[in-house]
Order: sequence, then structure tokens, then C-alpha cells
Amino acid sequence: MQTLNSTSLKTDQLINRDPFLVIEDVSKIYPTPNGPYIVLDGINLTVHEGEFVCLIGHSGCGKSTLLDMVSGFRQPTEGEVRLQTKRITEPGPERMVVFQNYSLLPWMSAFENVYVGLDSVWPDKSKAEKTAIAREHLALVGLTEAANKKPKELSGGMKQRVSIARALALRPQVLILDEPFGALDPITREELQEELLKIWQAHQVTVLMITHDIDEALFLGDRLVMMTNGPAATIGEIMNIPFARPRDRTRIMEDPAYYDLRNYALDFLYRRCGHVDE
Amino acid sequence: MTTQLERRYKAKNKNNIGKVIQKQSKKIVPPLIAIALFLLIWQILCSSPDSNLPSPIKTFQDTWDPLIIDPFFDNGGTDKGLALQILASLGRVAIGFSLAAIVGIAVGIVVGSNNFIYNAVDPIFQVLRTVPPLAWLPISLAALRDANPSAIFVIFITSIWPIIINTTVGVQQIPQDYRNVAKVLRLRGAKYFFKILFPASVPYIFTGLRIGIGLSWLAIVAAEMLVGGVGIGFFIWDAWNSSSLSEIILALVYVGIVGLLLDRLVAFIASKVVPE
Repeated sequence: MQTLNSTSLKTDQLINRDPFLVIEDVSKIYPTPNGPYIVLDGINLTVHEGEFVCLIGHSGCGKSTLLDMVSGFRQPTEGEVRLQTKRITEPGPERMVVFQNYSLLPWMSAFENVYVGLDSVWPDKSKAEKTAIAREHLALVGLTEAANKKPKELSGGMKQRVSIARALALRPQVLILDEPFGALDPITREELQEELLKIWQAHQVTVLMITHDIDEALFLGDRLVMMTNGPAATIGEIMNIPFARPRDRTRIMEDPAYYDLRNYALDFLYRRCGHVDE
Repeated sequence: MTTQLERRYKAKNKNNIGKVIQKQSKKIVPPLIAIALFLLIWQILCSSPDSNLPSPIKTFQDTWDPLIIDPFFDNGGTDKGLALQILASLGRVAIGFSLAAIVGIAVGIVVGSNNFIYNAVDPIFQVLRTVPPLAWLPISLAALRDANPSAIFVIFITSIWPIIINTTVGVQQIPQDYRNVAKVLRLRGAKYFFKILFPASVPYIFTGLRIGIGLSWLAIVAAEMLVGGVGIGFFIWDAWNSSSLSEIILALVYVGIVGLLLDRLVAFIASKVVPE
């Protein structure tokens, strides 16, 4: 069930833009020997262009499955996902994914990891142009000096930067991040969150991001999608995050509304959708 | 000041070299002791006049002239120096193994990329790979009607199975992460092959090649014993027929060393090619 609180209704009217990414009546059901297993049940979500949407929910609630259907790795059993009215049936560079485990190709340098995507997606561009784009995006994430290093020579934070550069270099319409900073230490995580915000504002890209961290979601997102527990998980509630941009972490945390929102989300996750020990 | 620094630096360097030698000697001295002990026991066991096998000293005396001092003599026919014999064998291995590598890697990639083909042919491969090398010889002699191509075919058929099987596994184990990256980036065809599939499976391919080169060297000696001609295998057989056991022992040592070098050669190439 989807309930909108009053603020989000208000902002939706304020935004009043055409839907960009539409998830419509999406269910995912896996057949098992013990009958069908419903992972997701009746998901509806409309994302506007340039919006930053965070997803939160307990492990196993099907967040990743949902994002996999946006990126095209999986197909919904029922319903459909559309990007600009075009139905999503397969992965593609207009919906770039940043994986939690970075998924860099270990036999290539940071530069080559970015370049290989450009070379594949834009075969008609000249080599000089593709090289320039790759360098520009490595510079964007502060990795100009590490461009020729192999992934194993890079720290976790640097690897994730390469992964973000690889994704952004292809000018995706949607950037999909599956817990991108989950494996990083807190300081690196905060740095990357801030960089991601800057990049998002500069590129005007639409972002869908899974997180386990409420503070991260409140700092980054326009909206926070809170999912109920699986099986048959669905969107429990969508919270609007009203802080003005550009955001400043300390200023947000001084805002009394911050703790209301935070407590509301915590209450949803741990009381209303808390794990029932069997 | 600078000279002092230089001197200190040099002294330090010298020390380092000393350390390296010390370290290496730990790896060199024990094997030398082991070999010496082995030769000593052999000498004691075979020194009685009615012993069936020659002692190491006798082996050495028997084969010194001309086999050891002139590995390149050529008296025509099969009466050639050991280096020439081994080169002839290596030539056959080179042809047979190269063919096996090309065909094996290609077949392995096809089989590994397609589950249906894998299920279809894997049982066949599993049966064929257990066939001993020499069992192929009659069939290849019948089909090829000539000794030399038959020996090469035996090398080919012996070394191809580990190459196919390891390449297949290498392709199948490509992590889902890399496949996902390839899908998002729309890497297909030749680009997928060169950027993802080959680099991801190359460690497995080299494992197959290393097993394959070892097997082909095992097989060539046996095959040459049967098909004749110039080659280390036939040299051993010929020595047996003229009951010169010392020559056989010398040839065995050479065969062992060449086999080791072949294995190390493939391992060396692998260390250059395989991405860390």
C-alpha cells in the first residue's frame, strides 16, 4: 500500500513535471518447488527527471530485485518499467549501474575501465574524443593521478570513484546505485556522498539509490522510498525530504525537521516493519 | 660528504647482494646434498660387477664420448647426437601442441559459452580424455599412413583434453559481475571476447596449457619408441636394443630436464600474459 503524506503531495504538485521513469504494478514471482514465491507485489513508483530517489528496507525485501528490473537485468513477472514511455527489456548504457562491489575489470587500469565503456557505446567517436571524455570523468572524481593504476592498487573509495566515473562518462539518463558506499569506511563514505551530490547537480542525472543508512538517504535524496518486509514486499511509504539544495551536512543536522524525518523513518523500519523473530 | 654517502650506499648494496646469495643458497644447497646422496646410494647399490644396472660413474664413463661431449654429431640415419634427437622430438611436440592449443582453446570457449553444447559434449570429452596416449597410435597410423604425422597426432590428441576442459571451466566461471558490466556497457562479439572473456579465463587456459605440455612430452617419448625415426624416444628404444643401458639413463636425465624446462617455459609465458 502506498500512502503519501501531506508534504509529498504538495511538492508533487509543485514539481508538476512529466513522469520520467515509471514503475507500474510491478510484481516479481519466482516459481519454487513449494509453489510460487512472491518477492515483490504491486510496486508503483514514478520518478521525475533529475530526481534523487533513495530506497531503504530490510535485507531480503527485494530492493535489489526492484533496481535490477530498472537496470534490465531482470524482467518483472507482472507490470512494467518504462523510461520515457519506452519499456525496459534489457540492460543498457542509458541506465548505468554502480555496483556495491565496484565490478571493475581487474586487468584494466582505471582509465581503461572508463574507456572500455565509451568505446563500446560510442564506436563512432574518435579515439581522441573518447580519451578526453574518460580523462574528464576521472578528473571529476579526483582520480587524474591514479588513472593508470590497476584496481588492486586502488583503495575501496577510489575503486568506487572509478565505477562512478565509468557510469557517468556514458551520460546515462538514470544512475542506479546499489548500496554504493556500504563497504567504505565512514569518512570516505561522507566524502563520496558529497561528491556524488555535486556530480548529480552538475550532470542533472536521475538517481535511484539503495541504502541502509537513513542519514545518507536524508542527506542525498529528494524522496525516500521505504519498503515493507518480504516476501511480497511493496512500497510502505514514500517520505519527502524537503531540505534546500545545495545541502550542507551540518546545517541539515541542525534542522529540527531532520530528527522528525529520521525518527519517522526509524519508526517505520524498526517498529512497523521490524523483523519478527520466528 | 657525498663520497661518504656513496661509500655507505655501496656497502649497503654489497650487503644486499650477500643476503641474496645467502637466501638463494638455502634453495640450492639442500637439493645438491639430496642429489649427492642419491648418486652415492645408487653407486653403492650398483657397484658390484654382476649388477644389472650401471652405476653413475660407469654411466658417465660409457656416455662421455661422444654423447655428452658432442651433442650435435651427425653420422647420418638415426645415429645423431642427443641434442639433435631432442630437437627432433621438440619439433614434433611444437607442432602437435600448438595445434592442440589453437583447437583446444577455440573449442573450450565455444563449449564454455553455451550450456547446451557443454551438456552435449562434456560426457564425450570426459571419456576420451582418459584414453592413454598410445592407444590412439594405431588409429592415427591407420588414418594417416605415415609415422611422423601419427606421432604428431598423438601429441595433439593427448594434450588437447586438458586444454579444452580448463578453457571451458575458465569461461564458465567468469564472475557474474563482469558479465553484468558487459551487459550494461553493451560489450558484444569481438569486444566482449577480448575485453572480458579472454582476460577473465586466461589463468584457466594457461593451467590447461601447462598440463597439456607436460602430457605431450610424456606421450612423445612413448610414441617415438613405436614409430621410430630420429627422436629421443626412438633413441632410448634403440639403446635398449643394443643393450647400452648407460645411454638410456643419460637420455632419461635429458628427457626429465627438457620436460621441466617446457613446464617452466609455459609457466613463464603465463606469468607475463596472465593479469594479476
